[in-house]
Amino acid sequence: MEVSVKKRLLREMLFARRFEERCYEAYVERKIGGFLHLYPGEEACAHGVLEAARPGRDYVITGYRDHVHAIKCGADPKEVMAELYGKETGSSKGRGGSMHIFDAAHRFMGGYALVGGPFPLAAGMAKAIQMKGDDDIAICFLGDAANNQGTFHESLNMAALWKLPVLYVCENNLYGIGTRIDRSTAVIDQYKRACGYNMPARQVDGQDIEIVYEAAREAVDHVRSGKGPYFLELMTYRYRGHSMSDSNAYRQKDEERVWGNRDPIVILRDRLVEAGELTLEDFKNLDTEILEEIENEIIKFSEESPDPNPAELDKYVFADNDPWVRPAANGGAK
Amino acid sequence: MSQMMFWEAVRRAHDEEMARDPLVICMGEDIGVVGGTYKATTGLYDKYGPERVMDTPISENGFTGLAIGASFLGVRPIVEIMSVNFAWLAMDQIFNSAAKVRYMSGGQLEAPIVVRSPGGTAHQLGAQHSARMEKVFMGIAGLRVVTPSNPRQAYGLLKSAIRCNDPVFINEHELMYNMKGEVPDEEYFHPLEGSEIAREGRDVTLFGYNVSVHWCLAAAEVLASQHGIQAEVVDLYSLAPLDRAGIKASVSKTHRAIIVEEAEAPVGVGSEVMAIINEECFFELDAAPVRLSAANVPIPYAHVLEKAVMPKTDDIVKTVLKMLGRG
Ligand SMILES: Cc1ncc(C[n+]2csc(CCOP(=O)(O)OP(=O)(O)O)c2C)c(N)n1
Ligand SMILES: [Mg+2]
Repeated sequence: MEVSVKKRLLREMLFARRFEERCYEAYVERKIGGFLHLYPGEEACAHGVLEAARPGRDYVITGYRDHVHAIKCGADPKEVMAELYGKETGSSKGRGGSMHIFDAAHRFMGGYALVGGPFPLAAGMAKAIQMKGDDDIAICFLGDAANNQGTFHESLNMAALWKLPVLYVCENNLYGIGTRIDRSTAVIDQYKRACGYNMPARQVDGQDIEIVYEAAREAVDHVRSGKGPYFLELMTYRYRGHSMSDSNAYRQKDEERVWGNRDPIVILRDRLVEAGELTLEDFKNLDTEILEEIENEIIKFSEESPDPNPAELDKYVFADNDPWVRPAANGGAK
Repeated sequence: MSQMMFWEAVRRAHDEEMARDPLVICMGEDIGVVGGTYKATTGLYDKYGPERVMDTPISENGFTGLAIGASFLGVRPIVEIMSVNFAWLAMDQIFNSAAKVRYMSGGQLEAPIVVRSPGGTAHQLGAQHSARMEKVFMGIAGLRVVTPSNPRQAYGLLKSAIRCNDPVFINEHELMYNMKGEVPDEEYFHPLEGSEIAREGRDVTLFGYNVSVHWCLAAAEVLASQHGIQAEVVDLYSLAPLDRAGIKASVSKTHRAIIVEEAEAPVGVGSEVMAIINEECFFELDAAPVRLSAANVPIPYAHVLEKAVMPKTDDIVKTVLKMLGRG
């Protein structure tokens, strides 16, 4: 990986970290409501995988922990934050909220709140890609616990059966809310489950972005070359509670410490510093610059944006002016 | 009588029934070690152990089906579906197995399970976490549906549901777990069928269930204190079956009916109550019944939009005034 790319990824991951931390503050200030699931600790997963793909062109879908994936695909962080603020300028016009960030223009096909919902949707997008004959792929990011949904098995089977161009990325952070993986799942190594469907699969360290990137390149190449789906498991950890209402009391402090020492941002930063490509001073400046951008542009934009208009409550329930719903006499279906 | 929070009442019913009968078990996501998203099973894991207080994988249709299968052999499972929005995934088993097995086996098998789940629209949880699904459950033959509006009902309905030999779906409300109310100190079984008069009145009947009972009570207070109107509030805690006799009795007394529901109007509690009024006591009516329902939209995230979805106290008051020719 080139140094310039590493530096850019470091900036992106640090930005993602600070963005999420700022969401936390805004939630405490009651600017953001509802459920809020944050990504700190797992940054190398989304960034490493999507760096190996074509963010903005390949179709990406995920669960409720979706802000960072959307931004890496090209969503404007201002609009993502405005969505969390429930503003009309938000990426889903304030209708969606944190768990439902969408940016179709950048082919970020959404965050979904039902665990396991995106598995078949990703397979379906891959089916459409296959029919169109494009060389795009679909990428589905979900957690470890999601694999206990029936849709996981149904989707992997169909994807493998029909050789669909879909990459399933399992962000294995060892927990589904407060339940540790060994208490919910008979197979701890998630990549093994893909073998049941004859799908190539691999497990790698999700904290080191270079490792993630290399593994993802192989996976993406496989899928893009028409060989069918691939399952990539990334071992990672979330540094905060599952959502804002989670105290994290169920986790051992030792475990938290071990993973805390494997911070994906620190790993990359130290590597660059050791190679003489970056000084800690540079890193500090970068951080300051990011914090200022978040405050002066993103938060400002979100604060100043207007609320949605309650008179438009039922906008987006159905298509506007669809001729097929009216009789011919009204200019509709003939 | 002592004051108790809603979640404590639910927990107490679990605890008493589990202490009494070793075949009563409970299961759900994060109900054991964590004690439940709304604390309804706190402490039970330590008391009864992992075999009777089961933390399940995120496999709603699977574990609900497993509970139903166990109930065929006499186990009495209480299944918690973490949020009613996830109950969609378990509906195959609830509808196709639990609700039908007694009938299609000619009475040989039964599925005495309880499925409890918090639903409703809370605060800005967005379209996929704000479902009001009572309307879906109440239309299925073979399934009982109850929906408590206070801790006493929460306790007594769960107690009866565990004893009952039919499958029972208990629709709780996300925003009510911390509500305080009186619960009898002695053991208490609330009938699964029927309705309750939450406030007596003679001028108009406000039908509510679950959270909307409280909206009706608030409106009745305003109507009494500011307009001298005595509204009767009927609490339809049983949604399947609905209390035909209770509906008829109240409408025959007040001659006017308004149904207040947290869900969208189509195919809902309101439409069903209206049909019953038509069938049971049409000629008692002095005015056409009215439904006050949520706007027919997926629930929006933005606070201003979310607020605009639900009927408010003021809407109920205005509707009553208009119905009485005083609007
Ligand atoms: C069908 C369904 N069941 C339950 C939930 C509640 N829930 C939300 S997130 C979650 C845990 C998911 O864990 P995992 O898939 O590992 O993802 P992570 O949050 O760890 O990233 C659960 C149980 C849900 N959203 N959808
Ligand atoms: Mg997880």
